[in-house]
Amino acid sequence: MTATVPRPPSARPTLSALRDRAMRLAELVTTPLLPADYLDMVNPLRAGADLRGRVVAVHRETRDAATLVIRPGADWQRHVPGQWVRIGVDVDGVRMWRAYSLTSHLDRPDGCISITVKAIPGGKVSNHLVHRTQPGTLVHLDQATGEFVLPAHAPAKVLFVTAGSGITPVMGILRNHDELADVVVVHSAPTPEDVVFGADLRELAAAGRIRLVEQHTDSAGMLDAAAIAALVPDLAERATWACGPVGMLEALEEHWSAAGIADRLFTERFRPTVVVAGEGGTVTFTKGGTSIEADGATPILDAAEEAGVLMPSGCRMGICYGCVLPLREGAVRDLRNGEVTTAAPGDGVLIQTCISAAAGACDIDH
Amino acid sequence: MTVLQKKADNPIEHLTSEDIELIGKELDDIRQSVIDTRGESDARYIRKVIDVHRKIELGSRAVLLASGFPPAWVVGTIGLSVAKILENMEIGHNILHGQWDWMRDPKIHSTTWEWDMASPAEQWKHSHNELHHTYTNVVGKDNDLGYGIMRVDEDQPWQPFHLGQPIWSFINACFFEYGIAAYDLELGGVIARKQTGDPEFRARAKAVLRKIGAQVRKDYLIHPLLSGPNFLSTLAANFTANLVRNLWSNSVILCGHFPEGVETFEKKSIDGETRGEWYLRQMLGSANISGSKAMHIMTGNLSHQIEHHLFPDLPSNRYAEIAPKIRDLFDRYGLNYHTAPLPQQVGSAWHKIIRLSLPNGWLDATNRKNLPSQLVKLYKATTGDRRTRRRLQAEWTAAAAAA
Repeated sequence: MTATVPRPPSARPTLSALRDRAMRLAELVTTPLLPADYLDMVNPLRAGADLRGRVVAVHRETRDAATLVIRPGADWQRHVPGQWVRIGVDVDGVRMWRAYSLTSHLDRPDGCISITVKAIPGGKVSNHLVHRTQPGTLVHLDQATGEFVLPAHAPAKVLFVTAGSGITPVMGILRNHDELADVVVVHSAPTPEDVVFGADLRELAAAGRIRLVEQHTDSAGMLDAAAIAALVPDLAERATWACGPVGMLEALEEHWSAAGIADRLFTERFRPTVVVAGEGGTVTFTKGGTSIEADGATPILDAAEEAGVLMPSGCRMGICYGCVLPLREGAVRDLRNGEVTTAAPGDGVLIQTCISAAAGACDIDH
Repeated sequence: MTVLQKKADNPIEHLTSEDIELIGKELDDIRQSVIDTRGESDARYIRKVIDVHRKIELGSRAVLLASGFPPAWVVGTIGLSVAKILENMEIGHNILHGQWDWMRDPKIHSTTWEWDMASPAEQWKHSHNELHHTYTNVVGKDNDLGYGIMRVDEDQPWQPFHLGQPIWSFINACFFEYGIAAYDLELGGVIARKQTGDPEFRARAKAVLRKIGAQVRKDYLIHPLLSGPNFLSTLAANFTANLVRNLWSNSVILCGHFPEGVETFEKKSIDGETRGEWYLRQMLGSANISGSKAMHIMTGNLSHQIEHHLFPDLPSNRYAEIAPKIRDLFDRYGLNYHTAPLPQQVGSAWHKIIRLSLPNGWLDATNRKNLPSQLVKLYKATTGDRRTRRRLQAEWTAAAAAA
């Protein structure tokens, strides 16, 4: 509600400059609120608003995956197939942000985008999105980003190696690059029913657009890099994009390096956002550049001051919120009740340093 | 009233230190029970209140564009007063306490919120959240006790200028937001110490002036200008709404810590204070207002001042739910849960302001018959030297004890 909340960059600079001037004038009447606070009540998706989207449909893909069709706000900039978007949803009243690959056609007539989410066990956000999100829900968005995209001149021969939800950025690419003539997709999932976009992939294969190798790991086990190489004999001639669990990607990178074709492999890592909380950890203050070792029983505020970091502070008992700082990444434990708060990169969860102890490595924006 | 530690019948004498820690433990559990169930419906509540406030404010200001038409003036002024009260109490005060920080919504957060108030959020948070809530009712540490301009305790020696206390308390109530801003700036102390040249103070003062400028420009220039020929009537409406809001919030705040029977504490009593003892001080140093749900919302749930002081960062909509548990705790430990309807609490607070504006015992020692002679003595105490005052004080103390 204040000017401290960053605005998304606009696609149309002159128009937005004019709009900004009008807004500043209107602010004379709305202060201490911003005109945007009132406009948001009417049209949260308008140009100039913080970037948001409205869920217009939820399509079930498998028993634990769903595609959410989202109408993005007016300032949404076209994404490049293969990129991901950060989406903020309120789960039990708490705003949480996660990144998901965009899987939509770029030229949908309705201008909507879609993301495809696989619910991971214990995943608060993914389960909420897959199982409990209703059309009409307002979500918060960032502009799309990511390097897992095809180059300007698509290579003649392409290989995609994916596992689980790793298929999602690849589907985003396949749906938007009809010109790819020679495509092999090697995809692993526990069972045929678990293959996200199973029907679409099989249809593409039947139409001759791709050669599809489905590996059902529950019955057939995991594929290793050598097995993939055996399945795709002309692997060295192909540009390869791989997306899946870290273990799989590392094995592939090793194999491709050994074969001297590391430059032909592009990978996308989805870091798991489940932070394992422990006792104490290294606390890094990213602006000041100081790192300290904090134990699991000492408030971060005390530990930091001990190490000579100038910290904002107040009541030192958890009531005044004078000491809050953004936790960029990591986990902290509330010393009053043992509750653990975790933050994934970009979350910027604000924590009270006077009653929070490190529960793992922490990056604090200060 | 006198600080709890000097009282003849100390209301916590019967509690052992184990009792106090047990009270603390129970309160921790109550707090946890709310945190464990904090969720979507709470988030919906605050968003709803914010939405309602914005609609009332916008609607009232629109109606006031026609403020030359008397019914429009009345409706608009009432609406704007309600909106301003909601904005300061249930929304601003509570968001700035961090009650809604758990939602991680950058637009409803203690670090980004700004309110319709002369004091900038940042400065208010320091003096209110940090000083008042930590040092609640500790004489000499909690400046909210009389805002540094009032005699709030019998132990403070009476001075003739205290006679004016009811008048300046009322003026302070009318322009409460400016009083708060001056108080957050520690203006009195800074002037007394001749530190007005301090660059840090100057920066803060500038922020206050900028804030006041924006508020004044909106209420007394832009909005009246937009009303065209109704310039003056809109200006009057906005002034009235600010006055109503100031009187209301001042009354609510007086009710929180000022009614008779609310305890105050000695400075040295909080040395090495445990969490249980801190809780106990909050319990005895706050007073509630009983009333309807609408009353609770309009006071920003500060009608649950006791619950608020125990748990300043729990969402305000949950105080009503835990109030019976807190009351039960008071009962079981033989403590006085101070609650009464608004008129009674306001009356009690003003009675105390008036009583303390007079020398100790004067009011008790005065009746209809001796009023003239008492007034003469009061005149003598006011105009006389310190010795006269001491002699008369002794006389009044004795008479009050006898009465």
